[in-house]
Amino acid sequence: MHKALVGLAALAAAIVGAWPASAQQTIKIGLILPYSGQFADPGTQADNGIKLYMQQHGDTVAGRKIEVIRKDTGGIAPDVAKRLAQELVVRDKVDLLAGFSLTPNALAAADVSAQAKKFMVVMNAAASVVTTKSPYMARVSFTLPQLNEPLGTWAHKNGVRKVYSMVADFAAGHDAEAAFHGAFKAAGGEIIGAVRYPVANPDFSAFVQRAKDMNPEAIFIFVPGGAQSPAIAKALADRGIDPRKTKVMAQLELTDEQALRNMGDTALGIITSAHYDYNHGSARNKEFVTAFNAAFKRNPDFFAVGGYDGMHLIYETLKKTNANSDGDALIGAAKGMAWESPRGPISIDAATRDIVQTIYMRRVEKVGDRLVNVEFDKMENVKDPVKARAAN
Amino acid sequence: MSSTVVADPVVAAPQRYLEAQISWRPVEIAFWLATLLPFVLTPNYLVLASQIAITALFALSLDLILGYAGIVSLGHAAYFGFASYTAGLIAKWGWGEPLTGLVIAAAAAGVLGYVTSFIIARFRHLALIMITLGLGLLLAEAANSASWLTGGADGLQGVRMWKLFGVFEFDLWGKASYTYSLVMLFLMFLVARRLINSPFGLALRGIRENAVRMPAIGAPSPAHIRKVYTIAAVMAGVAGALLAQTTETVSLETLSFQRSADVLVILILGGAGRLYGGIVGAIIYMVARDQFSGINPQYWYFWIGALLVAVVIFLPNGILGGLARLMPSKRGEA
Amino acid sequence: MIASAFGVLFDGFAYGMLLFLLSVGLSVTLGMMNFVNLAHCSFAMLGGYVTVTLTNQLGWPFLATLPLAFLSAAVVSVAFERVLYRRLYRATDLDQCLLTIGIVFVSVAVAAYIYGTIQQPVNLPSYLRGTVTVMGQSLGVYRLFLIGMSLVVTVVLVAALEYTRFGAKVRAAVDNQRMARGLGINVDRVFAVTFALGSGLAGLGGALAIEIVGLDHAFAFTYLVYVLIVVAVGGLGSIGGSFVAASLLGISDMAGKYYFPELGAFLIYFVMVALLMWRPVGIFGRR
Repeated sequence: MHKALVGLAALAAAIVGAWPASAQQTIKIGLILPYSGQFADPGTQADNGIKLYMQQHGDTVAGRKIEVIRKDTGGIAPDVAKRLAQELVVRDKVDLLAGFSLTPNALAAADVSAQAKKFMVVMNAAASVVTTKSPYMARVSFTLPQLNEPLGTWAHKNGVRKVYSMVADFAAGHDAEAAFHGAFKAAGGEIIGAVRYPVANPDFSAFVQRAKDMNPEAIFIFVPGGAQSPAIAKALADRGIDPRKTKVMAQLELTDEQALRNMGDTALGIITSAHYDYNHGSARNKEFVTAFNAAFKRNPDFFAVGGYDGMHLIYETLKKTNANSDGDALIGAAKGMAWESPRGPISIDAATRDIVQTIYMRRVEKVGDRLVNVEFDKMENVKDPVKARAAN
Repeated sequence: MSSTVVADPVVAAPQRYLEAQISWRPVEIAFWLATLLPFVLTPNYLVLASQIAITALFALSLDLILGYAGIVSLGHAAYFGFASYTAGLIAKWGWGEPLTGLVIAAAAAGVLGYVTSFIIARFRHLALIMITLGLGLLLAEAANSASWLTGGADGLQGVRMWKLFGVFEFDLWGKASYTYSLVMLFLMFLVARRLINSPFGLALRGIRENAVRMPAIGAPSPAHIRKVYTIAAVMAGVAGALLAQTTETVSLETLSFQRSADVLVILILGGAGRLYGGIVGAIIYMVARDQFSGINPQYWYFWIGALLVAVVIFLPNGILGGLARLMPSKRGEA
Repeated sequence: MIASAFGVLFDGFAYGMLLFLLSVGLSVTLGMMNFVNLAHCSFAMLGGYVTVTLTNQLGWPFLATLPLAFLSAAVVSVAFERVLYRRLYRATDLDQCLLTIGIVFVSVAVAAYIYGTIQQPVNLPSYLRGTVTVMGQSLGVYRLFLIGMSLVVTVVLVAALEYTRFGAKVRAAVDNQRMARGLGINVDRVFAVTFALGSGLAGLGGALAIEIVGLDHAFAFTYLVYVLIVVAVGGLGSIGGSFVAASLLGISDMAGKYYFPELGAFLIYFVMVALLMWRPVGIFGRR
């Protein structure tokens, strides 16, 4: 009997000892991205960036475990994004929200962030107005004016006086158009013609022909990436517009990796403004790209870097608040935070909570047997110009 | 409905048939009581439940024209989205009262439906399908171009609803949203039920079965079609306005081909022409989608596709149709 | 002005030819058996991916992949027809829709799983790139090739339809299925072969489309609408109808974008609605 009691006690002790020390509460991140549909690739790349960061830095921050709950919006679906954000907050009790490749989805979810007072990290959505929708939101990607106004200023500074503009006919295209036109005209240039083409447009010949008819010295383009970048480049080549003679200017989607592969030599000479390219020569970037290649067998793009830097922001703010996931604490910690990202030095503006970074001007050139966006100029510490002007 | 027995046997039979159809069956009462369960069993899922109710109402409105009148429409989202934007704009411009906004938006959708019904009534078969598709796409394009009004691809911003009856707020938890949507669904359902089980409803079924012969028996087909189409547009409008009000956002997606196609799939899945088909289809499709995309965000549509194929193979005529075949009804569905 | 008008016409016609290849199979099979095959563009997508895999991973020359794109789509469609579609010949239109939409969902997911969600590049041989100058007009070589191929296909199809016994059976089955059966024509078999051919052509169209409009996992959805438009406007069961409708739509799309760019995508839908309201059975349709 005595032995049995001892045995039982020992068993009980063993069980209690084997039971994991009551786990510190995990920090849950509600990640909302388009994993399916038309924007699945940006979603996947952002997710890859997030996975890589967690792989490299572990899944524990300031003593608490990080858990990521992934939700798919399927593309542009603000009502779905808002519902997913609500469910993540109410049902899954997440501590913060992250992701958001698309502006309409970010705008809808911002309501939830503001109401529930949750820290929200936007990893791609690029309309200027996004960060104004919730005081708990920080953005690590870029804004359309941030990329397109410098393009306009640069164009004028480098002798371009007349530009023909072609943008996709939706909100992002309109934003890009407004930014470029504003900056270019302010510098003294003239927009000789402007067209907005339908977003789902598969064939650009007609639009490019119109451009050619005006005989411009430069063409400004906005394409939302995907199939359209190579399509428009091919249309330019078909109509005999050589980017080396007629300046073709756009933001980085026009010459992303897939686009360059599809365009071939027709892309030579295209000038783009960008905040990230996988060929960027810094040591930090080389490390990043190598690790990314090893993990995912492909090169990172700006969506991936958005995911990666977004996780960095989350981890660093949690460290700063000592794992206090309260919205006010985290956003307070985020304001003014600065670090070296694979793209270059970046920081979160304390007033607007938006990204401040270096914008590079690049031209497509042949390096060895590859087509590369070669950086030839840069502007440092560029804030979102629209909000900066509003503040002054 | 009067229950006096009519002496003339020729008239009595259809009247008895309709009376039999319209009385409530226990399974129906159980179903509607069950819609209250989410409040108790799954209070964290009320926002999803609210969107299911909205989709169910939208599918019900499509059933009126597709299941009962035989009009296949690939552009029904036009009325949904039109009402959505109307409701959103009313709120944005300062009048955030939900009920009046809903009524105005649904009426606007009804007017649009009435106007287009003149075109719809003239065509059939593939031409009708493609015309509805084309009209829907044109409206979607117009909304995209008029981004000064609709907000374009970014969606309508600044929609702020006042509290329902001054008390219930559309908040994160979704209690007010679900109650509001559910009540509207039920009310519209009652309307649809009454409509279907009336001589007008029988006439619609006649049109669906043989549109050419209907005028021969004195039923004015085009007028009937216009009437049901307008009613369906109003119903779709109620659903659209509900979405705008409960989520406080409106996007181009509400007018899209995607939404029209989704509701068609949902209706066929549940079983067209069976009144509850749209509701059942909406519940199954949206719950399945939510669960699949939770498990596998990247490839959930594989499972949805497989589900659809399985349903067609094993349950022809939709889920309700397949079930009806398994359990022969005494009263004989039409 | 004339020169650019001609350029627009040429490009529009090339785009129309692409739509023709993608749509002609669906038009004939829909007209013959009334089987609503919304998964038609999934077969097109399959052809496209076959070409991509063969050129990019196995280094085949582009032209050599085209017959394989055709064959693979045809063979896979036969499998589907045997296993799934055959059960639903007598089912309602709605059930056929649901089945084929389910197949589209599955095909899009499978494409995303195997190939990822990125745009697929295609390596064209150098003799298919660039432009040639014909009578002062610079014409894209690939577009010329596309037009050439489509015209050859059209001629072959029409000839087969008019001058072969099988063609006669196809015409009979499209005209009046019941009578054709009554005359001893094995309509089911005729349909199976026609279906395979139509899907094969879609596969070929998908392969040829990569250079013009790109290929990604959602192709099966994206082009479904355009294909349906061509089929409806052209008239079910008519090769000539598909040809004219596709050309008309391609050209009006291009012309609209060139002369009225603010209208953008409006024009193609507007043209479709107007044409259907004028001739609901389609340009060359019957019934």
